[in-house]
Order: sequence, then structure tokens, then C-alpha cells
Amino acid sequence: MIDINFVGLIITSIMASAVPLILASCGELITERSGVLNLGVEGMMIIGAISGFALMTVTGSLFIAVIGAMLAGILISTIFAFLTQTLITNHVATGLALTIFGIGISAMIGKNFVGIPGKEFPVLFESLKETIPFLSPILFGHSIVFYFAFALPFITNYFLKKTKIGLIVRAVGDSPVSASNQGINVKLVRYSCILYGGAMCGLAGAYLSMIYTPQWIENMTGGRGWIALALVVFSTWNPIKILIGAMIFGGLTIIQFHMQAVGVRIPVQFLTALPYIVTIVVLVVISRDSRKIRLSTPSSLGKSFYKDN
Amino acid sequence: MIKIVKRDQPSRTIFFLTPVLAIILTLFAGGLIFYVLGFKPFEALKFFFIVPIADMYGFSELLLKATPLCLIAIGLSFCFKSNNWNIGAEGQLTFGAIVSGGVALLFYNQEGFYILPIVILAGAIGGMLYASIPAILKTYFNTNEILVSLMLVYVSKLILDYLVVGPWSNPEGFNFPETRQFSESARLPILFEGLRIHAGIFLALAAVVVSWFIFYKTYLGFQMKVSGFSLKTAKYAGYKGKKMIILVFLISGACAGLAGVGEITGPIGQLHREVSPDYGFTAIIVAFLGRLHPVGIIFASLIVAITYLGAETAQIFMQIPKYTGQVFQGMILFFLLASDYLLFFKIKFTGSKN
Repeated sequence: MIDINFVGLIITSIMASAVPLILASCGELITERSGVLNLGVEGMMIIGAISGFALMTVTGSLFIAVIGAMLAGILISTIFAFLTQTLITNHVATGLALTIFGIGISAMIGKNFVGIPGKEFPVLFESLKETIPFLSPILFGHSIVFYFAFALPFITNYFLKKTKIGLIVRAVGDSPVSASNQGINVKLVRYSCILYGGAMCGLAGAYLSMIYTPQWIENMTGGRGWIALALVVFSTWNPIKILIGAMIFGGLTIIQFHMQAVGVRIPVQFLTALPYIVTIVVLVVISRDSRKIRLSTPSSLGKSFYKDN
Repeated sequence: MIKIVKRDQPSRTIFFLTPVLAIILTLFAGGLIFYVLGFKPFEALKFFFIVPIADMYGFSELLLKATPLCLIAIGLSFCFKSNNWNIGAEGQLTFGAIVSGGVALLFYNQEGFYILPIVILAGAIGGMLYASIPAILKTYFNTNEILVSLMLVYVSKLILDYLVVGPWSNPEGFNFPETRQFSESARLPILFEGLRIHAGIFLALAAVVVSWFIFYKTYLGFQMKVSGFSLKTAKYAGYKGKKMIILVFLISGACAGLAGVGEITGPIGQLHREVSPDYGFTAIIVAFLGRLHPVGIIFASLIVAITYLGAETAQIFMQIPKYTGQVFQGMILFFLLASDYLLFFKIKFTGSKN
């Protein structure tokens, strides 16, 4: 007999581990939709993680910490935006530099915050947690960031498909030249999309260090930024599919803990490697159909746009 | 008034001058960061860049760290020149170390001149095998090589971890996460008594010479250059794109694998959890800083190797966190990419507005 509440608990923990992936992927999706490939997700997330945790410890205000983490993500992505958009540098190399720089500087800032316990983050609808078995723990008693993350794919989808600005973002990503001829300021759109991506990655990092495992550990993003990047490809640039993908990857992480607890005799290293291996397999399956991937990829992704004035 | 004008042709002088400019800017920005963090900037920079290489031992350590960086960066330059974004050299290094370490362990109680060549070859093959995964997936399944090669880094480190903790751990090692010591015949000889620099440096120098020859004296080098410049042109010229992608990945993997061999058969002489302090990632910066040119890469690997040593020295003497090394590495790449702007654009100072 399987305990239904235990299943509910597992689903909840899968959702919690999917949150940072959803936030970062949805941010990167907007950036990529405007034609910019930012490989600095891991770096921006770790900057968000340390900024959130440091601000929380110093100011004591969770609100300031969360906003500050997003601002830190914006600040660091401004470097990327300035380099790739104003100085027309290569997107791949610049993104890599951002990740290396971000990991280094976060560890530098974070050395005084190692070992400090985090604060409890307030949750919503706590009183409703006991009302319905199975469903209630899944639906209620989570942080506001958690609810925001699960709304974000739908908001992003609506934004891209139904709003004028969303249309402009897609136009810039698919054909910057014609967009520019239509009088759209390509540089401005791309700058905004990069900074937005930075904000979401900063929030994803803050979720990790303030809510998911409330403490600062060097390198605590542990490759989640790269999985978030893979998720964008996995979703074929469709925000709703990010939700599905993030749940699968969240699930892989959680299953690993439970299998260890149950005492399944598989080496722990194999289970830890599983999300990475699955990512590769999924990428192969998705990319095999080159026509389909070409149709859904923003046409100018990763290519610089320079307008002679 | 300052006016920015597009150059008709990228400037060749500036192509080789910007890396120097990038290093100067990095030092300046680094000093600024030290100042902000409350350290004396000049003293910090001195401990970071001068003190570590002030004596023979320090200089030997510099070469020791520059060797893998140079080897890997040479390999990566094949990929980057032809527009293949292999960023998983760290994984290829690790897998090369695993394979060569496994072979070395087979001979742990034997001596013989034939052992070392087999061990070295095994490392190169290991690196090639691991690099062939993103290459084959890219060519036959259209899969993004950036993500695949990167994911494989994590996988390789977990395989290594599994082996040194589990089946390959030293039976007499009190459960330390390390293997047996390799036999003397499986070790790259140390060059000078009392220093740690080993014969691996010759592998790096050989790679420099061979790559220079391939780049500038062979048809393959020419094809790579064209493909890197424009894939369409390469296709039009009838080059076999798929074969070349796989070839450059194999070369790059072999170099990274050899770097792995150097790490385990040099001063350490056994496999353990951490065979490389992210040399595979840092080498990406080295490749760019060296302008993907074999000679440039030698200089770049020496400069970037200082950031490793400097981080250690600065931590010991000034309690500056060792991660400062990575901050410097990131900044070098930022400034290098930024100063590339001068390749394509000229800044003109004209008279006042009226």
C-alpha cells in the first residue's frame, strides 16, 4: 500500500527543486527569443545566490534581499549586454567569461558568509495545508517565489504570443534586419531582454540560497545554470514545455535522494550523473529532426547585429 | 569630438596588441577590486603576480601549471578555429586521466621502458574517445556541442569519483579516495632534482610545433581556417564538413587527455578525486588570449598560469580568497573580447564640434 501523502510529499519536493530551473530557463528563453545566446546563466545564478544571502544577513530584510539578488543579476548581465551588443563581441565566449567571473566573484564575496544559518522564508496559505489530503500540501504552504515560478511559463507564453512587445521581441530574434527597417531599436530590445534574463537568473539563485537550502555554499548552483540552458533547447523555445522539462529534471534530482534512502544498490555517483546523462539523451532526441529545430530556433540566435549609422 | 569609424579591414597590429592591452586593463581592474575589498592594491598585486615566480621553485611551478593549459589550449584552438565550440576539455582531461590511470594501475607492480609510452597513449585515446561523443552527436544528430561537452564534464568527474572511492581504491589505503601509487616506470620523469616540473612539458612543446605545422603548412589547416571564417564557403568549396568536425574534436580530446596524463603521472603518481583545478575551462581563456596561435598560446598559458600561483600565494600571505584567480581569468577574457572592438572600429579624435 503506497501512502498517498508520501506521494504528495515527493511531488512537492520535485516541484521545489524545479523552481530555480523554471525561473532561469524562462529568463534565458526571453533572451534567446531576442536572438541573444547568453551562456552566463550559471554565473548570473550564483551571483544572485550570494547577493540574496548576503543582503538577507546584512539587512535582515527578505524583501530587500530578493530584490537585491535580481538587481545583482541585472548588473552582471549588463556587462554581457554591453560587450555583446555595444562592442559586438562573440556571444559564446562572452557568456563563458561571465560564468567564470561570476563563480569567482561570488566565492570572493561569500567567504564571510560561509556557515551562517539562513532565515526562515515566510510561506503562503499555511493554514490550508491540512484541509485536503494529498492535494493541500502540493498546493499550499509555499513561498511567493514558488508560486511565481509556476505562473511564469504561462505569463511568458502570453507575453510572447499575445502582446505587442512580445511580438517585437520575436521579430528581433527572427530577423533583426527587417525589425530594424521597421523602425524597431534592435539594440534596445536586446539589451532589455538580456537584463530581464539576468533578473530571473538572479531570482533563481536567491531561491537556492534563501529558500531551497537556506545557506551559502561555494559553487552551490552546481551546474543548474547549464541544465536551465539545456531546458530552453529541450522546450524548443516554448515556455510551457519548460515547465514539463523542469519537472522531469527536478524529479531526477529528487528520485536520487529517495533511492538512496530506500537503499537501492546503485552507486551514488551514477544517480548524481543521471540528470546530465538524461539531458544529453533528450538533446539528441530533440535535435535529431534538424528541420523542426530550425523552425523553432530564433533565426538570429547567437549572431551579432551591427547597424551602420 | 570622438568619432567611431568602421575599419575597412581588421587591423593586424591591433590583433596582436589587444591581448597586451587586455592584460594591462585586467591588472588595473584587479587592483581596483583589491582596493574595494580593503587590501592594499599594489601589495596584493605584488603577491599575486611577482612573489610566486621570484625563485626557481616558483618558476618551476609556473611551468608545471602552464603545461596542461598550453596543451589543452592548443587542442582547443583546432576546434575554435573551425567554429566548433568544445567547452568540455575538462571532461576530456578527466577521462584521459581515468584511462591512462587505469592502464598504469595494471602495471603497478612492474617496471619496464614500455610502460610509460602505453600509459601516455592510453591517456590520449581516452581523451579522444570522450571528445568523440559531442563530435558524433553534433555531426550525426545535429546536437549542440556546447551543452553536450559541458554535461560530460560532470559525468566524467563522477566516474572518476566512483572509481577512486570504489573499485580502484588502494586496497592498503585505509579507505582514502585514491588509487595505488603507479610504478616508477609509469611516471613522467622529473626534470630537476627538488623541483616538480616534469617531462610533460615536452608533450606541450611538441603539440605547439605540430599544431603550427598543421595550421600554416597543410591543406587541413587551410580548410579549417575557411570553415571558421564561413561555413557556407567551406561547403561551396566541397570540404568534408563532418569529417573535419570529428577530426578537430579528436585532436582537441587527445591534447586534453595528454594533459590529464601529465597531471596524474607527474608529481602525484596516482589517481585521486581532483585531477585538475579546472584547467580545461581556464584553457579556453588561454586559447583566446593566445589568439588561437601556437606561439601566442605559449605566452598566454604562462600568463594565465600565474593567476593559479598568485591565488595560492595571495591566500597564504594576505588572506585573499583563492577564487580571486578565477575573477582575474574572467576579467582577462572580458577585456580581451572588449578590446577586439578596436580590431574592427577606429576611434578618431577630431577637432571640437564647431
